[in-house]
Amino acid sequence: MMPDLGKYTFAVLASYGATIVLLVALVAVSFWQRARVKRALAEVEARAGKSDG
Amino acid sequence: MSIWEYANPKKFMQTSAWALPGLIVLTVVCMAVGLVWGFFFTPDDYKQGSTVKIIYLHVPAAMMAINAWAMMLVTSLIWVVRRHHVSALAAKAAAPIGLTFTLIALATGALWGQPMWGTWWAWDPRLTSFLVLCLFYLGYIALWKAIENPDTAADLTAVLCVVGSVFALLSRYAVNFWNQGLHQGASLSLDKEENVSDVFWQPLVICIAGFVLLFVTLVLVRTRTEIRARRLAALLSRERLA
Repeated sequence: MMPDLGKYTFAVLASYGATIVLLVALVAVSFWQRARVKRALAEVEARAGKSDG
Repeated sequence: MSIWEYANPKKFMQTSAWALPGLIVLTVVCMAVGLVWGFFFTPDDYKQGSTVKIIYLHVPAAMMAINAWAMMLVTSLIWVVRRHHVSALAAKAAAPIGLTFTLIALATGALWGQPMWGTWWAWDPRLTSFLVLCLFYLGYIALWKAIENPDTAADLTAVLCVVGSVFALLSRYAVNFWNQGLHQGASLSLDKEENVSDVFWQPLVICIAGFVLLFVTLVLVRTRTEIRARRLAALLSRERLA
């Protein structure tokens, strides 16, 4: 199934590897920050709701 | 209905929440189909051998690195002229995505250049302007982090964005301006004669669509986070004052 990359195996696989690592890191950080801020906001809004009420 | 409705954070949050699930599915499908097709089911090039498979990463990443800066320029100018906070936050949200695309373009370009040109790097007009664009991305992100007042940060980063646009433009048109250096001309053109062969062109277009969709999806996700972070900061400061 794996194509024969010949003498350029390193260049091609390293390109795909580097791209996948960078894109996965970007997506993971984006969703991790999203979850962190969303949770913190929910906590503060809950506190604000209690003190208003 | 006016486009300025989306400058309202509430409207932006509602519309982006509706759009995101579909965008995520489309992004995953386009990226998977384009990359699997390109890597497994396209032949080697008669000159470049199997390194032609790097085109499916390098070209879309380079295109989006430049287009991300163009998007940041437009949203920064909207902030400067109309003072819409969502637009400043969208520019801030796009910067790390553009930086990642720039790093991918530089890394895959070096890995492709070594076997084809015999060197990882050359001070060629396009490569050099792209490296400068990468430094502008780093400076832009650092400037946002360095300034506490968000409106001042948005103003100053907008100025930096305008200046950096010169290098974004140069990295796109350097080959045409100077007509020298190692880097080849555009791989895609409206003139069909200048395009790469269909067997490479079709998966390449799908990969480009995948990178565009990934950019839009992540900009929406990150802008939503920035809007929430802004509200969080406002509530925390109100708590401290109470």
